[in-house]
This record gives sequence, structure tokens and C-alpha cells, in this order.
Amino acid sequence: MTYLAKPKFRHPDIEINELGFSHRDYEGSISTLCAGCGHDSISSAIMRACFELSLPPHRIAKLSGIGCSSKTPTYFLGQSHGFNSVHGRMPSVLTGANLANRELIYLGVSGDGDSASIGFGQFAHAIRRAVNMLYIVENNGVYGLTKGQFSATSDKGSKSKKGIDNPDSPIDLVSIAMQLGATFVARSFSGDKDQLVPLIKAGLEHQGAAFIDVISPCIAFNNHQGSTKSFDYVRAHNAELNTLDFITSQAPIGVDYPEGAAQDVRLHDGSTIRLRKLSADYDVHDRGAAMDHIYRLGRSGEIATGLIFIDDEPSDMHARLGTAKKPLNALADRDIVPGSAALAKINAGLR
Amino acid sequence: MPIESVNDFVIRFANVNGSGSASANLLFARSVMRMGVPIAPRNIFPSNIQGLPTWYEVRVTEAGHLGARGGLDMMVAMNPQTWDKDIASIDPGGYLFYDSSRPIPPSKFRDDIVVLGMPLTDIVNRTYTDPRQRQLFKNIIYVGALAALLDIAIEEVEKLIGEQFKGKDKLIAPNLKALHIGYDYARDHFACPIGLRVRRADKIGDRIFVEGNAAAGLGAVYGGATVCAWYPITPSTSLAEAFETYCKRLRVDPETAEKRYAIVQAEDELASIGMVVGAAWNGARAFTATSGPGISLMQEFLGLAYFAEIPAVLFDVQRGGPSTGMPTRTQQSDLLIAAYAAHGDTKHVLLFPRDPGEAFEFGALSFDLADRLQTPIFVMLDLDIGMNQHLCPPFQWDDARALDRGKVMTYEELESGRDFGRYLDVDGDGIPFRTYPGTHPTRGSFFTRGSTRDRYARYTEEGAPYVDNMERLLRKFDTAKTLVPPAILARAAKPTRLGVIHYGSTGPSMDEALQILSARGVHVDALRVRGFPFGPEVTDFIAGHDLVFVVEQNRDAQMRTLLMVECGIDPAQLVPVLHFDGTPITARFIAKAIAEKATSIRPPQQREVLS
Ligand SMILES: Cc1ncc(C[n+]2csc(CCOP(=O)(O)OP(=O)(O)O)c2C)c(N)n1
Ligand code: SF4
Ligand SMILES: [Mg+2]
Repeated sequence: MTYLAKPKFRHPDIEINELGFSHRDYEGSISTLCAGCGHDSISSAIMRACFELSLPPHRIAKLSGIGCSSKTPTYFLGQSHGFNSVHGRMPSVLTGANLANRELIYLGVSGDGDSASIGFGQFAHAIRRAVNMLYIVENNGVYGLTKGQFSATSDKGSKSKKGIDNPDSPIDLVSIAMQLGATFVARSFSGDKDQLVPLIKAGLEHQGAAFIDVISPCIAFNNHQGSTKSFDYVRAHNAELNTLDFITSQAPIGVDYPEGAAQDVRLHDGSTIRLRKLSADYDVHDRGAAMDHIYRLGRSGEIATGLIFIDDEPSDMHARLGTAKKPLNALADRDIVPGSAALAKINAGLR
Repeated sequence: MPIESVNDFVIRFANVNGSGSASANLLFARSVMRMGVPIAPRNIFPSNIQGLPTWYEVRVTEAGHLGARGGLDMMVAMNPQTWDKDIASIDPGGYLFYDSSRPIPPSKFRDDIVVLGMPLTDIVNRTYTDPRQRQLFKNIIYVGALAALLDIAIEEVEKLIGEQFKGKDKLIAPNLKALHIGYDYARDHFACPIGLRVRRADKIGDRIFVEGNAAAGLGAVYGGATVCAWYPITPSTSLAEAFETYCKRLRVDPETAEKRYAIVQAEDELASIGMVVGAAWNGARAFTATSGPGISLMQEFLGLAYFAEIPAVLFDVQRGGPSTGMPTRTQQSDLLIAAYAAHGDTKHVLLFPRDPGEAFEFGALSFDLADRLQTPIFVMLDLDIGMNQHLCPPFQWDDARALDRGKVMTYEELESGRDFGRYLDVDGDGIPFRTYPGTHPTRGSFFTRGSTRDRYARYTEEGAPYVDNMERLLRKFDTAKTLVPPAILARAAKPTRLGVIHYGSTGPSMDEALQILSARGVHVDALRVRGFPFGPEVTDFIAGHDLVFVVEQNRDAQMRTLLMVECGIDPAQLVPVLHFDGTPITARFIAKAIAEKATSIRPPQQREVLS
């Protein structure tokens, strides 16, 4: 048996959200990934974020490519429709799905091989088209599923498990996403749930192309000494730009920060992200400065994490295309089939 | 002897690409139609934008033969670069009309043709000062001259000019002036009319004149397509563009200006088909338009769509392959790559429209089939159908017709507790139910994947559920046989043991070839295949004949291969007739090949036909 259903029982004083759902309602089947794989922590963070936002699971569509990371949608949100597409092509499938029904919430999950190598082009084009989605790359610097080859996000000089130094320049998907106009860009670490959960919540709420690069160590093939994507390395080099509290309009939180140390970012639905700045002069609204900042940090071997950039007035693909508010997949025949009278006119024009 | 022929000749215009000749040539073609005489025009153009040769050919055919004829009765030679080749292409006794402003040495002519020189450049240089006007009106002037030479009623051309420039009325007078300069010059200097003549007839009826790509794009509108994702490639580009044009006219909300469609020019064909798959998975009707190279790129996704059972419509406007091949020439050479697209055991549904009329009809139908069968549907056009205007019966639509969305389980059905297994064959036709994402809070969700799973869409690597699923897909393919448009039989005048199978754009030439053959006493029953998988009428037809010619426009006899493989036909019984130089197949070619082979090939002694 290769499919494992989780037993369902509910503890009497279990935490319940606004929809009356418990955490269990956001679970999927049991993970078959290696124990300790960073990807599993990201799945937990996704479930937590959806639970805290009280999102109805069936209104989320989760799409992925191929890889260990791309397998994970099976392991969360069991009531959501899921789509494991082909290697590197999740972005186009998600784009098409979004075209068909603009009302669902789209979560794209991918790996660094899936998005930075075979699917680099599709990643880029989905971002520049401003598809309304949250796109998460579970970035371990290797191909986990095919057993440990370098991926395109692997840092120059990072050592493989077999002791070989990576000779090539890395692709930084965050920088690329910034350049291509993503309106929400963040980086986080699978081991930092406190940072990751609010980022996922904010990304899901964002009404445009939201991208989160999550460093997610591969226990099996890229967690050794000399790797720049190991748990130890990431912990030692994590340069947090800010920490976040995600404040829904219904439940404001009362933490106070000293003047200048906090910044509130309002979201379209009335909720707020309160950023606690760790880097005093960092402004999440300044795309150019943000790109410069993460470039410099990257050069010094640091990994910038936190909310990197947000545009408070994002546009999305549908706004650009001018598509109907009603989802295209819900239009009735009469809305889309012009009928015989219109055809007679067309015929007349062709004589 | 100069050729004498009324309402039955071929005239070709040799032009320089980008010189504005296209609209003048179309004006000429339409004026013949206004005389009530059917025409079959064809563009012959290279893969360049400006400054290179292009030809436009008009077959004038009162008998209504709409295939290419072959041969040439009159050449309008407006391109010095291609002069030698153009002169050589004229049939003996034919006519040459050319610009005689610059002297051309006598050796450059032929003495077995009628030469009609008119100093077009001199005339426009005298009459106009603006270089662009000189160029444009030179074209209109030769249309005027041709009207006189071929006895086309000048009022008909005048009327067309009036219609063409309606709204830009100040252009009418100068165009009429140019037209008359040509007309009068020809009347004054040549014995008009020449041996080729257009005589009023009443053979057009209510037929329309339209390109196949425009018809297919319109078919997609009527078929309810709301998502189009495409990547430009000749000869399919104008299909996506036509879809957009018709959508702007028919699918924009007059009050809100909201669009009831979405068109994305994707970054490549992988993304195009990916978007189509994503949109169709999510319940919208979606399509892409492409040609051979695009189909090559889409293979992996087509396997996913086949295996995960996602509707998709692909318009493949075929051109000459392999590789970049002959990008601006026609062929029917994508059959096999489309029929078996992707790795592993796959089979796909193909439709073969004959002309723009069927391009519209099958274009609309393909979306019903895709939803009903939950699989990719290929509409196999080609450059000849797609990029040339053809006379065809008017488009028809039955307002009582509802879009067939296939087996989609609704919220109410799920709520009532109806069992949902995404890959469960509940009706025995191999077609399972699906749900659109987001339908029900707790029922009907499933995971779509290209890897193996059981009837309830649960991942498994076990052999038995895999085999179960693959066999069901075959049952579904059997169901497709009953849904694709059936083949059409045309019986010969006399009982015969000879048959011919053809498809797609070969149709018009085939019909004409059958007439030629029957006049020579060679009787052949003809079957026009319109869909794949083949229905029983195809195997019955082959079983009912000793020899069956399979006429196609590719080198490797791809339809014949499909027939052999899918129907288990003895190869000796299927005789290939192949035309693949990139030009449209002609009746002359088909008739000659069949007449020769009918006498030289002996039918196999024993036949075995599996259905
Ligand atoms: C077309 C194609 N080529 C190759 C593969 C094999 N393959 C599967 S996953 C993978 C790499 C996945 O790497 P990544 O996206 O980083 O995921 P990870 O396993 O590291 O999470 C490859 C090369 C494939 N599935 N499809
Ligand atoms: S191989 Fe690496 S990425 Fe894949 S499941 Fe194991 S630890 Fe995770
Ligand atoms: Mg990886």
C-alpha cells in the first residue's frame, strides 16, 4: 500500500478557527518524505497559515511540478483539489487554472530544480504576468528526488555530499522575482516557523504574484559540512530583515514596539502585517533599494530572510486582461455562444 | 494556338512581397465571384515579410472544382526577380501580362505564348508623384486591364471598390480612376477580350468566402472556448488572431466592457498547452493553435492530459516538416505525432476538417468532445485550408444546441452522497466523472497527477490498478469512435472493387479526380475519413474493396499507417498515393496516380480485416 490515510479523531479541547475547523481539517495524507526533511516543516507552516486565516480548504487549489518538494501538496489540505503536473511546468498550469476561475486561492509549490532549472522560464513568465498566487519554492540547493545532483540555486563553491565543489554561479530566485515585478517577495527558512507562518499568510492574502523562497535543507543529500543549504549553515548566516506579526482586522494584537522599530503594512481585506524591523533603514516598499540590499548581503555570504518587498497596490493578470468578474468556468452558454443570428451577420460579411 | 476557355482557367500573379498587391489581387478574385463564377484562390508565399517573391493564384472554375488544378493559363508577371521561372511556368498557348516599361530582351520570352505588355511603371510615373501611390495604383491599374482582357464587367469591380472603401470615401474616386486607366488602356491597345474569359453565371449561391483559420477561430467562439493560450507560428497564427477578433465583437459585455474570454500569448508552446491543461482542469473550455514544431514541444503535457484525463483542444495547422521544414507550405504530416503524442502508450482523438465550413463545425464540436471524453482533441487543419480563402456553405448554428460539458459531478450530486471516484468507470463507456475544483467543502476533491493511481485517484504503484486504468482508457477510446464525425462515402457510378480513402484538404481535389477517373472509365468508391479513431464504416469500406488507395499529403503514408495499425489491415491492400512537395495536391496528380496504379497493382489474394 503506497497510500496512507490519516486516522481521524478529534480531541475535545482542540483549537478551532472561525470556520469551526480544527487543524486536522487542513491536513493531508501522511508524508512519505525523509524524516527531518525541511519540506515537511513547510507543509506544517502552510497548514497552520490556512488554519489561522480560516480559509475554506476546498477553495484553495494547490499545484506543483515534480520533485520531493512538489510531492508535498499531497501531505496538506486534503480537501483541496491538487495537481501534480509535469517537471518545471506548474506555473503554466496554475496560470491556466487561474484564468478559468479567478475566485479560488492558488498555491503553487515547487522546488529549486523545478523552478530554477527546467522550469526557470515558466517561473519567470508567471511572475511577470502577475498571476494572483502564492508561489513557494522549497529550496534545498539539490535535486532531492533524483538523489543529490546540484541544482541551479546551489551556491558557487558549495560542496556536494560526494565532496565536489559547485563551479557555477547560483540563481537567486528572489532577485529574479524582484526584477520581474513580483509584488510580494519574501525569503524564509523551513526551520523558522515563527517567521514562515506569517509570511505564508500574508502571501496567501496578497492579490498579485507573491513569491516566497524557503530554504529547506535536504537531510539526505545536502545537510553536510561545506553545503551552504544545511541547517547549521543557514542558522549561522540568517540575516533577518524583519519579523512579522500578521494581524487580522478582527483580532488586533497588542504588542507595542518602540518608535521607528515597527512598520504596519495594510492588506486589501483590512488586515495588517506588522513588521518589526531588525535592520533599521530597510524599507519593504522600495524595490530598488531592496534589490541592492539583498545583493550586498548575498555577496557577504549572508542569507536575507523576512519580507523583502511588498507593493500595497498590486495588479493581477485578470485586471490586465480585463476579464469578467464572474469566473470564466461559470459562464452560462448564453454568455459565451453568440447564436445563429450573430452567425447570419458574419456569413453576410463573408460574401 | 492560344488557349480558349470560358470560366475555366488558372491565372497567377507574381508579385513582390509587401508591395500592396494582396488587396488588388483579392479585388480581382472577388470580381470574378461577383460575376457568379466560383473561384479557388491560393497564396504561395515564402517565409519573409518584405521584398521577396510571393504568388497568388486564382482558379476560375464554373464547374466548382475548388482544389488546386495545376498548370497555368495566364501569368501576371510583376516581379522581375522571378521572371524566368514565371515565364517557364505558363502552359503552351497561355498568356503573359507584364510591365513593359523597361525593355526586356526577346530571348527572355517564349514564342508559344501570347504576350501582353503594358507600360505600367511609365503610366504611374506620369500620373502620380507620391512613390507609395505609384506602387498601390499600379496594382489597381492592372486589375482594370485584366477586367478588360478577361471580359469581367467593370461595374462589378467598381462596386467592390465602393464597398471596400466605405467609410473612407475619399479613397474611392482615386481607386476608380486607376481602375479605368488600366481598363481603357487595355481596350485601346489589345484585342479584348482574349481567349480566356469570365462569363456571367449563377454558381455561387449563398456560399461564403473565408479562410479556414478564421472559421476555426469562430468555431472556438461558438464551441464556448473562454481560454486561448498560444505561441505564434505560421500557419496557425491567424487562427488565434481570428479568435480574438471575433471575441472582441461577440464576447465583450456592452455595458461593463468586461471580456468573457482570456487570451494569453504564452512564452512557448510548453506554456501554451500547460495553460490549456490548467484551465480545462478547472472547468473552462480552453485551446491552443499551433503547427508541427509546437506539437513536438507539447508532447510531455499531452501525455499528462491523456493519462490524467484533462480536456484540451489543439488546432494543428500543419505545414511542411520535419523540423522547420517548409514553414509556408502545406502538408498533412503531423498525423502520427498527433495520434500517438507523448511517451508511453497513448492515443489521441483527431478530427480532419475538409474546408473552412468543417473547420468551423469541428472547431466548435471539438470542445464538446474534449469535455465528453476528457482528453485532448486535435483539429488537424493545414496551411491550405487555414491560410487560403475558400468558398464553402454558410456557417450554421442550431440555437437549441447546448454545450455538452460531459460528466461533471455537481455540488448537489456530491451532497446527496453519490459515490465519486475520479477514475471510476460508472457507465461502462470508460469515461469517469470529474469535479471542478472548489465544488464541495468535503466531497469530490481529488489529486490530479501523471503518476499511477487507483480508481479513487489515490497514488499507487501496484500493477493491477495500473493495468485496470490503462484498459479503461482503451474502452474510452472505443467510445470516441462513436462520437467523432463519421467517414463519408461517395459511391462510384458503377460497382467497383477499387476504393480510395482521403481526408482533410485533399477533399476538393479528390472529388474532381473521381470525375476525371470516371470519365476515363476508372470507377472508384471514395471514403472521406473525418475522425480518428476510425469507426466501423472505415473497416467495412476497406473490407468491401480489393484495393484501397490512400491519398495523402505526406511522404510516409501516415494515414495508411494508422489504418494498418489500428484496423489490422494487410499493407498490400492499401496503396499509398502521396503528394508532399508542399504545394496543395491536385486532381490531375491524383487521377494520374490512381489510373496508373489501378492497372499495375494486383490486389492481395487474402485479406484479413480486424475491426
Ligand atoms: C522531464 C523530466 N526530466 C527529469 C525528471 C526527473 N526529476 C524528477 S524530480 C527532479 C529534480 C527535482 O528537484 P527539485 O525541484 O529541487 O525538488 P526536490 O526533490 O529537491 O525537492 C528531476 C530531475 C522528470 N521528472 N521529468
Ligand atoms: S531526499 Fe531530501 S528533499 Fe527529498 S525527502 Fe529526503 S530530505 Fe527531503
Ligand atoms: Mg531541490
